[in-house]
Amino acid sequence: MLKKVELTINGKSVSDSVEPRTLLVDFLREKQRLTGTHVGCDTSQCGACVVHVDGKPVKSCTALVVQLEGADITTIEGLAGKDEPLHPMQEAFRQNHGLQCGFCTPGMVMSALGLLDQNPDPSEAEIREWLEGNICRCTGYHNIVKSIQAAATTMADGKADA
Amino acid sequence: MYEFDYHKAASVDDALKSLSGADDGKLLAGGMTLLPTMKQRLASPDVLVDLAGIADIKGICKDGDQIVVGAMTTHAEVNLSALVQSEIPALAELAGLIGDPQVRNRGTIGGSVANADPSADYPAALVGLNATVTTNSRSIPADEFFVDLFETALDEEEIIVSVSFPVAKRAAYMKFPNPASRYAVVGTFVSELADGSIRVAVTGAGGSVFRQSEMEAALSKNFAADAIEGIAVDADDFNEDIHASAEYRAHLVGVMARRAVAKIA
Repeated sequence: MLKKVELTINGKSVSDSVEPRTLLVDFLREKQRLTGTHVGCDTSQCGACVVHVDGKPVKSCTALVVQLEGADITTIEGLAGKDEPLHPMQEAFRQNHGLQCGFCTPGMVMSALGLLDQNPDPSEAEIREWLEGNICRCTGYHNIVKSIQAAATTMADGKADA
Repeated sequence: MYEFDYHKAASVDDALKSLSGADDGKLLAGGMTLLPTMKQRLASPDVLVDLAGIADIKGICKDGDQIVVGAMTTHAEVNLSALVQSEIPALAELAGLIGDPQVRNRGTIGGSVANADPSADYPAALVGLNATVTTNSRSIPADEFFVDLFETALDEEEIIVSVSFPVAKRAAYMKFPNPASRYAVVGTFVSELADGSIRVAVTGAGGSVFRQSEMEAALSKNFAADAIEGIAVDADDFNEDIHASAEYRAHLVGVMARRAVAKIA
């Protein structure tokens, strides 16, 4: 039986009817064509599917759309508009070579933003611990950590300037 | 995942009604275990009753000498709660060690204890702090709540409303995490309760959380890591998998207990 859902995705109201078993990640990729959110392991371990639900990072392969009625979802596409400069976190990944194949990157970026939201000036150890739920199979963790440190600095400066 | 019907319950009574109307209904809390299990087709409920919309089984408050955590409170909320951090810091720390940040943003205390995974962290805190599980119909002491592997004292149609933790004099939790999943290979929760009694609760090692009474007796006489140095832990009936043998788990019980004691002695 189809179930009607209404939620906000990247600032846009979305209303649709879905099977209750529809996972958030499949809804985003297949119904909304937001393919920046990736399916890596599909078993809630790798973190390639991380998006924000009401501002908090969650694994979209392990949430049903119907659970998220009324929620505010942000995906990697929601961080910066098409013709806008990259989000400081994305720019930091670019400047610091924080990606190799890039498959894990959307999840890494969304997780990292969740960390800075909670802890704007994390230590290297805190960043590595936070990334427990995100796997980079190129093993490029070192530059990912460097990228997040750089973004923490630019984002703190941005706040100080504002 | 097989098809199912979904119902978002408006109240605990509403949830009980939907559950009793289903052939094989399941309660959905954070879904961090149930959804992966359903994806693997190891579970195929015909109805999922979501508890996330019931406001009065969420949140944390102080009631006398108890910290009361609503069943649908997430691990992240317990970890970051100023109240829990000041009253029972070991409980806040334990919540912050569960899974990973994304799992902690969805997973709930009610879901975790109802599932009673032998390697889950919360059972150690419930037994280690002499907590009480409150359901829609009764109160169950933690010592009686966890029965065996994935088995609790809950009836088929019974819903956890909250868990109450008495504020302890001191408490600490130490775990040896599985490097991949962060589940406890062994986790030991040590406390001195308000009445001066000592508890040592162990998760991960056996089919269900249990108390190590020899260590409790030794620590009652002398609360020091040295006091439990020589206590041998029997590996009979302990869990055994590719991550750790039963003997290794038995060894870890002592190591984690001593580390927990040393932290608060």
